[in-house]
Amino acid sequence: MITTALTDLWHGFGVALEPHNFMWCFLGVLIGNMVGVLPGMGPLATISILLPLTFGIKPVGAILMLAGVMYGAQYGGAICSILLNLPCHPPHAVTCLDGYPMTKQGRGGVALGVTVFASFVGASWGITEMIFLSPVLVKAALQFGPAEICSLMLLGLLAGSTLARGSPIKGVAMTVLGLMLGIVGSDIETGAERFTFGITELDDGVELVALALGLFGVAEFMNSVNQQAEINTKYTNVRMRDMRPTREDVRRSIFPMIRGTIIGSLCALIPGTGPTIASFVAYATEKKVSKTPELFGTGMIEGVVCPETSTHSSVQGDFIPTMSLGIPGDAVMALLLGALMIQGIVPGPQLISQHPDIFWGLVASFWVGNILLVLLNIPMIGLWVKLLTIPYKFLFPSAMFFVCIGVYAANNDMFQVGEVLVIGILGYALLRLGFHPAPILLGFVLGPRFEENFRRAMLISRGDIMVFIERPIATIFISVTVLLIAAQIYFRLTPGKKKSIAALADPGAMVEQPLAAE
Amino acid sequence: MSSSDAPPHSPGHTDPLLLGLLEMLRKRDFYAGLLMIAFGLLMAIHGPTYSLGTLMHMGPGFLPTALGVILIALGVAIALPAFLPLLMGALGEIGIAGARRYVERAEAEATAPTGEHEGILPEHPQWFAWICILASPLGFIIFGQYLPISGLAPATFVCVFVASLGDRTATWLGSLLLSALITVFGVALFHFVLQIPMPVLKIFEWSVL
Repeated sequence: MITTALTDLWHGFGVALEPHNFMWCFLGVLIGNMVGVLPGMGPLATISILLPLTFGIKPVGAILMLAGVMYGAQYGGAICSILLNLPCHPPHAVTCLDGYPMTKQGRGGVALGVTVFASFVGASWGITEMIFLSPVLVKAALQFGPAEICSLMLLGLLAGSTLARGSPIKGVAMTVLGLMLGIVGSDIETGAERFTFGITELDDGVELVALALGLFGVAEFMNSVNQQAEINTKYTNVRMRDMRPTREDVRRSIFPMIRGTIIGSLCALIPGTGPTIASFVAYATEKKVSKTPELFGTGMIEGVVCPETSTHSSVQGDFIPTMSLGIPGDAVMALLLGALMIQGIVPGPQLISQHPDIFWGLVASFWVGNILLVLLNIPMIGLWVKLLTIPYKFLFPSAMFFVCIGVYAANNDMFQVGEVLVIGILGYALLRLGFHPAPILLGFVLGPRFEENFRRAMLISRGDIMVFIERPIATIFISVTVLLIAAQIYFRLTPGKKKSIAALADPGAMVEQPLAAE
Repeated sequence: MSSSDAPPHSPGHTDPLLLGLLEMLRKRDFYAGLLMIAFGLLMAIHGPTYSLGTLMHMGPGFLPTALGVILIALGVAIALPAFLPLLMGALGEIGIAGARRYVERAEAEATAPTGEHEGILPEHPQWFAWICILASPLGFIIFGQYLPISGLAPATFVCVFVASLGDRTATWLGSLLLSALITVFGVALFHFVLQIPMPVLKIFEWSVL
């Protein structure tokens, strides 16, 4: 088992180091790092813009590049948090707490240096996890029938929507809305046109790129225009030699790094608990095990290292359920899965055996990409820091153009640009009403496959809904789902929760129960 | 029972039912729930027109209808907490003093200047900026295809220019320079490098590039 994984990985390196693929990977992490640094730009919008532009290249190159944007943005996001105290990238929001005080003490460079190294450690562990765990998962998942796939999707959808930010019930509502948007268009089995309201352009369904850019582009810009905090460029003078940590820093970072890695890789395995939750849990844990918890928030290096390591470990680990089971954990993964589907590749357990070049090439490219990111971030830190000073008033109009041209390029059709407009208005309304739109994308991508498998399961069982309780594996998924909901209700009804870091980390405490049940 | 002779909007003397109603209309979750119920109704009513089928042979209308019903239920659950002030108002109306005090306290909290802001609109609504952002893709569509002088270059210019006006500190010159810069860059990247099939500049039927 281990030897086959290692030989496959060797082939993967062959794929990832092909000049073309290497170039796409480099381009991906470069763009990712750039948008990660820019306050107010997210990896989601960037991947959506790049998505139509990758139609012309081979699936391997496309997915390497889009994935590179995802983890590249994580490296850049830390710079923004540590030097500017701007929590514009959710997974790095906690890093502000101790990263910015370090900057104020003139140790911002050290924080960045340690972060880059910690990120690499976390990511490496996440990749290792993926190499050895994915084949095992796939082996189990290949036995799944439609009923099992269906119940697993249900678990993924509910976990993805209830464990994310905000109210769980609103999250579920967003998932259902996403499923609804996924229904629009021609029905796969009967060809009936559903919810197109006579608009022929909607026959092929709502465009994924338009949906993603409406929700995470236009709506986000409406949300943050003229609401930007004044950018304080006082501390953005970081050079490479400032990044060298002292021996004391290194000694204090080792154990938080290990703890962060473990937390991140555990969070990655639970659907719905992405990097953001991992980082909050990591910070809370680090504070708990520390001998001096009262010093947290004053520039403790542990408070920077641990969340950052866990974020990166979780980001890489998030690819496990996405690539091996075809169940995305969050919106970015849903988008990457959508990119695969547009390229004509069916995600699911058969992906590794049918397209080994994509899977193992991707795994190998993670390592290539992470090494590139370390090389990009340490010597070129001065350049990235310069990017921080680009004002938002230049960023969002340029981004609007990329949104428009990106959506247009998806089908060379102006109708989709109009779609972005409508979805953008809807997305902003949802944001103002306290919804977090990320689960919409999850429901949208999984929706058609969920419907297909549900119909098939019902056909096989001759219309007996009990099939979900009678088949053992399906029963496990369903009972974990029920436990998840029960735990949510229990924690909602438990009084005395205040909005603190500890409370934000609560979703993490909640998921331990369903995990134990597995 | 009700003291309707007192002037309105002075806490403590107004109709509790009215206060409860106003308080409910102030709650964000009330509208959030309503929106979900509206979407759910759309699906639940429109869904069955596509033939439901049986559980064994599900028709195209089955899942939409089921999702519609679920969404309505979720919408009700989201809106439910917002109905509490109305319920309390009604209870206050029939003379339960505790409920009445609850509504009045809620009213006082909501109208206090330091009270927590739970409006649908942000504290400083940016109507002009929002219109600019929304007009920007519209400009891209119109100048991209539907005008006698259309194409990638004018569409890009208009798109960036209109959006950039939305910023509070925008200047005409700055916006013009930014749009020109992005237009040159955009045409170079998308037309010459990535070869998006959109004419750069088309005057009537005559393509310049």
